[in-house]
Amino acid sequence: MTFFGQTLKAGLRAAAFAVAALAAAPAVAQAPAQATGTLDAIRARGSLICGVTTGLAGFAQPDSQGVWRGFDVDYCRALAVAIFNDVSKVRYVPTTAQVRFTALQSGEVDVLFRNTTWTLTRDTSLGLDIPAINFYDGQGFMVKRSANVTSARQLDGATICVQPGTTTEQNLSDWARSARIRFTPVVIERLEDNVAAYLTGRCDAFTTDVSGLAATRSAQSQPNDHVILPDVISKEPLGPLVRHGDQRFADLVRWLHFGLITAEEYEITAANVVQASTTDTRPDVQRLLGRTSELGQMLGVDNRWMVNILRVTGNYGEIFTRNLTPLGLQRGPNALWTTPGGLQYAPPFR
Amino acid sequence: MSDATVDPRFKRTAPRRPMKLSWSDERVRAIFWQVLVVGIIVAIIWWLVSNTQRNLEVRRIATGFGFLQREAGLPIAEHLIDYSPTDNYLRALIVGVLNTLKVAIVGIFLATIFGTLIGIARLSRNWLVAKIAGIYVEVIRDLPLLLQLLFWYTILQGLPGPRQAMNPIDGVFLSNRGLLLPWIQWEGAHTAALLAAVIGGVLTWMYSRLMRARQMADGQPRRVWPLGLLLVLGLPVATWALLGAPFKPDVPSLQGFNFRGGMLMSPEYFALLVGLVTYTSGFIAEIVRAGIQSVQHGQWEAAQALGLKPGVVLKQIVLPQALRVIVPPMTSQYLNITKNSSLAVAIGYQDIVSIANTTLNQTGQAIEGIAIIMAVYLSISLSISLFMNWYNSKIALVER
Repeated sequence: MTFFGQTLKAGLRAAAFAVAALAAAPAVAQAPAQATGTLDAIRARGSLICGVTTGLAGFAQPDSQGVWRGFDVDYCRALAVAIFNDVSKVRYVPTTAQVRFTALQSGEVDVLFRNTTWTLTRDTSLGLDIPAINFYDGQGFMVKRSANVTSARQLDGATICVQPGTTTEQNLSDWARSARIRFTPVVIERLEDNVAAYLTGRCDAFTTDVSGLAATRSAQSQPNDHVILPDVISKEPLGPLVRHGDQRFADLVRWLHFGLITAEEYEITAANVVQASTTDTRPDVQRLLGRTSELGQMLGVDNRWMVNILRVTGNYGEIFTRNLTPLGLQRGPNALWTTPGGLQYAPPFR
Repeated sequence: MSDATVDPRFKRTAPRRPMKLSWSDERVRAIFWQVLVVGIIVAIIWWLVSNTQRNLEVRRIATGFGFLQREAGLPIAEHLIDYSPTDNYLRALIVGVLNTLKVAIVGIFLATIFGTLIGIARLSRNWLVAKIAGIYVEVIRDLPLLLQLLFWYTILQGLPGPRQAMNPIDGVFLSNRGLLLPWIQWEGAHTAALLAAVIGGVLTWMYSRLMRARQMADGQPRRVWPLGLLLVLGLPVATWALLGAPFKPDVPSLQGFNFRGGMLMSPEYFALLVGLVTYTSGFIAEIVRAGIQSVQHGQWEAAQALGLKPGVVLKQIVLPQALRVIVPPMTSQYLNITKNSSLAVAIGYQDIVSIANTTLNQTGQAIEGIAIIMAVYLSISLSISLFMNWYNSKIALVER
């Protein structure tokens, strides 16, 4: 049942945008004109609708109780706390790689936290904006250990499983051309079916972002049977997406990420945030936690928004450690800028 | 039908009377309502189009078909024409259309043969054959097609890997990479031979028409098949031999990860084809059975009483009457095969829907992408309909 639901949805959702743009015209017509649209719409509805993946361990996946968990999910929860100060007021909509943009364009979701790569084309021609980069990634390959492959250059002639409608698909053909490697693609839309095709041996290799590979690998009963090759063939700056034209909401999402980074920088954690909000005397911390400034109000939320958020999700480092470290992912470029090799940097809160 | 046979009563028309510009005039009312309905429809369409355009503009979503000329960059596993990721989206979409046609045409051909056989089997006097055919129809028709496609695809994925491929005969490999058959290295002479076969077929058809006309004149049946065989088979072989009889076998062999050479039928294509053919043949079987049963038994008996051979009875008496019933619903089944082939997306066969979906995702132009998909299916379906309607009118009983 779920499969049919998923596939039908996947097929129809692209069409749904066309229909939405056509049929639900009055509602759509107002959307871009409004200055305070998305945030007010979320408040009026009483919940945030967050577009996530259909299931990727570490990023967004329902646990055995059906509760969504992961890196992206924590960002959704943080945003819900910022708006409502209530972590339960968020609904998750799983989106495939192919339908994610139309889901956001048509207003089916308010925001995508769905490991999406920031590219120029996507920034300019989709009517969407990428407010921040919350994960620096790159594309790699996973093969079975039994294949005895140690480098991507040995993949000549291989059959490679890849998801359609991704930058991955285009990177793969770019890389194959420059490395003079011939390959046969197998493109299946749903991630699970794609991974299944790799596991049964239909493909010799599976390619996606390294974080996705680590997540897939860790979900297997014998993770050690699979090797992630050292070659990284692309830059994949991943981030949330919002609709173009609603700068206020984009600002909130952007500064939500910066807030989580800044909190890590000043070592404010879920455990100590409540105390720090009253006792910490560092001016930067006092501004971040809304004691001496009205930064929250400027973003259209409560001044103590970061306190509420940090209490629930913890800072960027805590979110990373909780969700991604168990997959075997290192901080790498996602460490703070104060660490060598780290790229995560937040402008000042003032 | 000539005019003379038309009942003269039908040619009478009501006397013309002047139109009054009044609500009480029936024709004025009719014109008013028709103009109103057409006007409303046009207004709705105009509003939808202009509203969509305005919104796309406001939201800065790209529009137009300029993207067709851009480099596609997407890899496509199966292509009937040359394709590389450096080609543009237009070419990628054409590859997708050809892939759809490849599965639809072969599927229609096989489903017709297979469905007809099962339909005849269901009427068999052999109890076992009839029951097996009956169970096949009932089971296959009642399961969702998507489920069946996934079933076939899962089975094919369960085959051994390329290094442990089944190798029943030399040069034939069956693995989870598909079925590999030995083939020949294609050269100009082969294309010429193929062309000769087509010409032979046309000549045979013309010859049979001529013989038929002669039979109509003197009542003597004439054999067509000896010359027909010579034209259809002999002509291409002679052409091929004349052009130097090139023959270089292309036998698949395992190199590194995969097989090189030979002709490949991928698991995705195979699963889609098998799924579509088995599913649709269940429906076609019932149509054929209904068609045959619609011909009264008295027709058989009357023909036999005239002393006609069983083959002639079937060809000249029963089939023309049965086809009248079979052809119209068959058109729907052919359309179904074509449209159902879009489920290919679920099992990774890159048909037009798969490629257009990827295109609209890469370019963000959903409306154009969906419009292209709709235009493609509409064109294919209308072509099938037109052909079947032509065929239907051709075989329709000429009533006197």
